[in-house]
Amino acid sequence: MSFDISVRKKLGALDLDIRFQSDAGLTAIAGPSGCGKTSLLNMVAGLLRPDEGHIVVGDEILFDSARHIAVAVERRSAGYVFQDGRLFPHMRVRDNLLYAVQLEAGDRHEQGALSDISSFLGIDHLFDRWPATLSGGEVQRVAIGRALLSQPRFLLMDEPLGALDTMRRDEIMAMIERIRDEMGLPILYVSHDPSEIGRLSDNIISIS
Amino acid sequence: MTDAEIAILLLSLKVSAVAILAAAPIAFAVAWLLARVQFTGKLLLDAFIHLPLVVPPVVTGWMLLILFGPQGPIGGMLERLFGVTLMFRWSGAALAAAVMAFPLMVRAMRLSIEAVDVRLENAARTLGASRWRVLASVTLPLCLPGMAAGLILGFARSLGEFGATISFVSNIAGETRTLPLAIYSQLQVPEGEAQVTRLALISIALSLCALLASEILVRRSGAKRGVHVL
Repeated sequence: MSFDISVRKKLGALDLDIRFQSDAGLTAIAGPSGCGKTSLLNMVAGLLRPDEGHIVVGDEILFDSARHIAVAVERRSAGYVFQDGRLFPHMRVRDNLLYAVQLEAGDRHEQGALSDISSFLGIDHLFDRWPATLSGGEVQRVAIGRALLSQPRFLLMDEPLGALDTMRRDEIMAMIERIRDEMGLPILYVSHDPSEIGRLSDNIISIS
Repeated sequence: MTDAEIAILLLSLKVSAVAILAAAPIAFAVAWLLARVQFTGKLLLDAFIHLPLVVPPVVTGWMLLILFGPQGPIGGMLERLFGVTLMFRWSGAALAAAVMAFPLMVRAMRLSIEAVDVRLENAARTLGASRWRVLASVTLPLCLPGMAAGLILGFARSLGEFGATISFVSNIAGETRTLPLAIYSQLQVPEGEAQVTRLALISIALSLCALLASEILVRRSGAKRGVHVL
């Protein structure tokens, strides 16, 4: 079992009640904007606390209101790719990519991972650039690289193609397909675009 | 400048520098608390911190006298434990200057912390960074220009501190007689006008330098990183 989620959360007028279990590599979360898709990802990441329910990823309980378990955000090992990239503006691309790695001691060991992942994403040539000088597609590839380099146990992707034009979308989507097929990480993928979801997954959870 | 003027200037700089350096970590902690944490009594803390800005400085000086005087709860303790006295000392002048500059520093720092995108801090946490690590690696570097501006603003304010200082540590030449107090003293002396003018010009030049330094700092660091805090 990749994801076993059952959460309730009241957010203003919105009363979220989401339950699903999924085995597949990439689980797509579909639904119109404003229906709580991002809130769901935030709850799985630990940025938002559900009123009640449980969140289990793999064999680890990240949250369980009945058993008073709530793992801290920084201990969940979630690779979160945000819609807007959220690269740190005061760090060059290299330091953004290595942010999680530098938290651990001895980053020499990780140099291999850095070159593997950055050549896979085609971002080797961007290392010395500031995030403000990157194009939308480049930002998103660096954001994906930063999430992958944090050695995540699972990935959360919040409309990673949202800010991109059609050509860039195809390029990033191909990369996501490779991550899905080659890395074996469970992925929760949020999108409001049915064609995008249809291409990436046949395991679709609809929120209305 | 005469030797006496240089001595006054150096004393002023020492008092203000010590005041700001000592107050900065506390001001930052309070600013972070006000900007990032919700708690009961926040409004009260906010109001309390701003008191020195609106209360007559003489009253602030009188309160320092009560708290930090030899008979006061804090002053008595400092004397007993460390043999430290603040009254009639330059260190007392620094304390008065720090208290008076505190609200301005907290305001500037709070604004610059609030300008840092919480979503970047959240992203850092999902990457495994603890709250402290987020503070040191994301929040602090991103609000540094505003932070520096806040420090210099506090420094400029404390250079001009008069009322609380003269009530708390009196006006002692060479010990607590900073620029404003020296100007005040010269105003009491017949034919002291020339001296007043010279000290006033020094005072104005110093304040102008501080404000310019603050502005340049903000622009330089803002431009280099593409982050505009102010």
